[in-house]
Amino acid sequence: MNPIALILLFPLLGFALNGTIGHKLPKGIAPWIGTLFIFLPFVITLGQWDILSNDVEATIKWDAYTFFNLDGIIFKAAFTLDRLSIWMTLIITGIGTLIHLYSISYMDHDPNAAKFFSFLNFFVFNMLLLVLGANFLMLFFGWEGVGLCSYLLIGFWYQNASYGKAARKAFIMNRIGDLGLLLGMFLIIKNYGSLEYSDVLPAIAQGTGGSVLLTSIAILLFIGAMGKSAQIPLFTWLPDAMAGPTPVSALIHAATMVTAGIYLVIRCEALYALAPIANEFILWIGLATALIGALIGLRQNDIKKVLAYSTVSQLGFMFVALGVGAYTTALFHVTTHAFFKALLFLGAGSVIHGVHDRQDITQMGGLKKMMPLTYITFLIGTLAISGFPLLSGFFSKDEILASVFHHNIVAYIVLVIAALLTATYMFRLLFLTFHGEFRGTDYALKDVHESNWKMTTPLVVLAVLSILGGVLNLPHYLLHTDGFLASWLRPTFLIFENPAHTDITTEIILIGVAISIFLFGFIYSRSRYITKNMSPEQSTAGIEKVLSNKFYIDEFYQKAIVRPIEFLGDILFALVDTLLLYGLTFSVHPILRFIGRFNRKIQNGNIEYYLLYMVGAIALLLGLNLLFA
Amino acid sequence: MELLIIAPIVLALVSALGSKWNKWITWIFSMAGLVVLLGNWGSLAPLVKGAEFATLVDYPWLGETVHFQLGIDGISFFLLLLTNMLIPVIVLSINSDKRLALIPLILFMQAGLNGVFMAQDGLLFYLFWELAMIPIYFITLMYSERDAFATTIRFFVYTFIGSLAMLASLIFLGSKSLNGSFAYTDLYNVQLSFAESIWVGAGFLLAFAVKIPLFPFHVWQPNTYTYAPAQGSMLLSGIMLKMGLYGVLRWYFPMATESIDFYQPIIMTLAVIGVIYGAIIAMRQDDMKRMIAYSSISHVGLIAAGLFALNSSGFQGGLLQMFVHGINVVGLFVAVNIIERNFGTRNLNELGGIAQKNKLFTVLFFLVIIGTVAAPLTNGFPGEFLLLKSIFDYQATYAVFAGLTIIFCAVYMLRMFQFSMLGECNTETENKTIPIAQLIPLFVVAFFVISIGFFPQWYLDLFQNSSAGLLNMISNVKGVLS
Repeated sequence: MNPIALILLFPLLGFALNGTIGHKLPKGIAPWIGTLFIFLPFVITLGQWDILSNDVEATIKWDAYTFFNLDGIIFKAAFTLDRLSIWMTLIITGIGTLIHLYSISYMDHDPNAAKFFSFLNFFVFNMLLLVLGANFLMLFFGWEGVGLCSYLLIGFWYQNASYGKAARKAFIMNRIGDLGLLLGMFLIIKNYGSLEYSDVLPAIAQGTGGSVLLTSIAILLFIGAMGKSAQIPLFTWLPDAMAGPTPVSALIHAATMVTAGIYLVIRCEALYALAPIANEFILWIGLATALIGALIGLRQNDIKKVLAYSTVSQLGFMFVALGVGAYTTALFHVTTHAFFKALLFLGAGSVIHGVHDRQDITQMGGLKKMMPLTYITFLIGTLAISGFPLLSGFFSKDEILASVFHHNIVAYIVLVIAALLTATYMFRLLFLTFHGEFRGTDYALKDVHESNWKMTTPLVVLAVLSILGGVLNLPHYLLHTDGFLASWLRPTFLIFENPAHTDITTEIILIGVAISIFLFGFIYSRSRYITKNMSPEQSTAGIEKVLSNKFYIDEFYQKAIVRPIEFLGDILFALVDTLLLYGLTFSVHPILRFIGRFNRKIQNGNIEYYLLYMVGAIALLLGLNLLFA
Repeated sequence: MELLIIAPIVLALVSALGSKWNKWITWIFSMAGLVVLLGNWGSLAPLVKGAEFATLVDYPWLGETVHFQLGIDGISFFLLLLTNMLIPVIVLSINSDKRLALIPLILFMQAGLNGVFMAQDGLLFYLFWELAMIPIYFITLMYSERDAFATTIRFFVYTFIGSLAMLASLIFLGSKSLNGSFAYTDLYNVQLSFAESIWVGAGFLLAFAVKIPLFPFHVWQPNTYTYAPAQGSMLLSGIMLKMGLYGVLRWYFPMATESIDFYQPIIMTLAVIGVIYGAIIAMRQDDMKRMIAYSSISHVGLIAAGLFALNSSGFQGGLLQMFVHGINVVGLFVAVNIIERNFGTRNLNELGGIAQKNKLFTVLFFLVIIGTVAAPLTNGFPGEFLLLKSIFDYQATYAVFAGLTIIFCAVYMLRMFQFSMLGECNTETENKTIPIAQLIPLFVVAFFVISIGFFPQWYLDLFQNSSAGLLNMISNVKGVLS
């Protein structure tokens, strides 16, 4: 059997099994089925590594069947495992396995655990569809499929109406982006007669299609990416998505699904390399998102919300890299971010578990004594994302900063500020949660417990990855050659060349800036929350209030878009449909009755009247005849 | 194939006589059409896969000019399949033993519908068109939950005016045809001047626009769908409105080809307005049936726009979506009917939490919902994809507006699901479970949601040649014109 078929089959099977008979199995079986059926694809994928690594041209293909054909254009369910998709597949199934393992005990007490694992497996299936698909159609399938799973999992605890609202918001905002993606696909079909990557992308690379066309396609596809990867203006669903169980936040809303937009742009490298205007657009959207996400993250007091805005901001970093054409760098940051953000979310989940389902950091503090392993791993995650030298985030973020530096100095400065804020809000979160005095009011510190091995093992593995992840693409100044990821991906690109290397002086300055960023964030937060021992801010005035209220963007959307549409719906229903159309159409009926009544009066049965009408009519006709003769 | 018309009439009479019979016997009656249709697959298959509207039977009927002439091709077969497959589902969803006339009327209507989709003679088409309407008038008149007379009379007058306009067009065509024949090919061969074509086209379009219903000719629809008994709403939305769309394809386009260029921008604009208009109103409805009524305006608007884009993907997407919309809208009405029957209301403000005690129903209902929302791997996706593509090929800006449906539809469908199924229980929805037997129709629907979702080509194969043949026939005339 084709390995791709197996990779896709197991999660689908897990979904079907757990979805149908999972809850009837003895307790504890369903979660292990779910975990195993993600681990197996990981192993199978690893098994294909050699084939791809021995031959730079090699790809593994699977043509499953013809989905439909339209006048000779064949829309296939076809898949390919190449150097880019195997990288994504390993992240998805690898991190996926860890998060499934973690969920076994996280969801232990939930009566619907089988359903949870069923949805989680279905998510992995759709995510694999997205990255393994050999054409835009399969990408779109996975794309919408992960959106659907995200909806199901955010609203997993469906009794809670506000979770349901968050779930719908996520689905609908994603669909706004999906419309862009869909229109982009129509434009591709119209001009290239196919949706297969292997037809479309080489044609673009060889110069088919004018710059207006390429820019239009590039921007339409990017609109899709803005929805899925939570970029301004479509980002407000992601923080709300934290309503779902924490492992879901780690897997879907941090490590995998939200990076689908970055994958799309990397996949369409040939297109974006030839659409400079679109790139500039992506750069500034990414930059604005990186900054605004980080700013809001500074004043959130919900442990998961901080991480959510951090994710928004980090996704912005990745798009900045894409905007300046640094495709490998973006994927590198996708990878390291998957490690440390999954780690941070799972750490947050461990904390939430330990303090009995509380997420408010105003009720925490000093937890490191009770949860040493969670603390250490969370610390490693914080150090990695803040850019502590030699940890994974240091290398990937430094690469982004360096490539922006060469592209546009203003963008570089903005991004440095965003990085600075990142270190600041992350240390704020770390200190307020684990250091200082315990601030809980409705529970005691001694009730806090460390999580068991099923939850801490993934933390330890991810912590190791967060430390060592940098080796995947070490910089030129250390290796004097391209990093591993850069040379690995090189053959999949049609146009993109790995960038020339900067001289050592610039490099040293950039590293200096990067280290200062880290130090500033650390020292600033330390002075506030450790030295001065401040409590979490209750921001009630000025800019702090604006930040803690997330720039009032949700309120703005509510007032500017949702309300007007609702109002329009009411108006159309009451005035246009009911009153105008229905009323007017059926007012024919009284008019007819009025005419009828008038007619009745004329035809009253008196022969004299009839004679009168007749004479009158004859006179009229004669008169008219004379007049016009 | 006359049997497709005769059998339901006979069975309608039989079931009217034995109206106290067991529900399962009448259900078997309702299966007759499907059995006939599939039983003849062997002999039909070559015709179905053909490009032409092939004649099956042809008897002289009213003199020499009007024939009892029936034909079939992939398009007709596909709609016959829809009709005869949905009728048993609809019969199965009947929940009252007191509505004695319901099953005979439904069977009677089945005969009319089958006739509409096969008629190959202008007057015969008109006859079946009206024949299919009579039972539904009685169904709404006798069993509407309120305002029965007012609703029905308005529905009747409105649709009848449209039908008369079509009759005028048909008679005009007949008067100009060779030997005054009303046969499909003879009417097709009539050469019309531009002005004549505009008038003939107007007659057809008025009838079809009312039936589809196209904005702003939809005024009869929301109240009728809302107040009609559940089975009436299913018949109207699931099958009946496909008569209008079918009429556009089979009769309007070939008969008044010269007028297409004139009407195309008008209908496209109205259809796209309808897509958005229906969706925006649907978002604000609390009565589930009324919400589905407005969402239906939105969905059929998209189909109409695809047909009028007059390209291959529009025809194929349109045909597929007629089938899919039929299945999904019946699924939705069945689900609403189940909810209303078990929990006493279909008002979204009074429901909630049904999911807690009814897992299977929740799954089935959700499948219908995501099918309607057109998620990939469900039946809504391929048709909607093809339709939006066809509109995009016609005029990209139209596709942007029509494409809003993928956002709006998610809004109102998920809102309905949230307020009815999720959230906390109230006193009405607590401690009540839905008997499994009531869910059987939904299993049929679910089968199609998934099978069309995964393998749309199976279904497209049924009519792809015929659809191409029809498009060819139209563009040949258009080619001569231009």
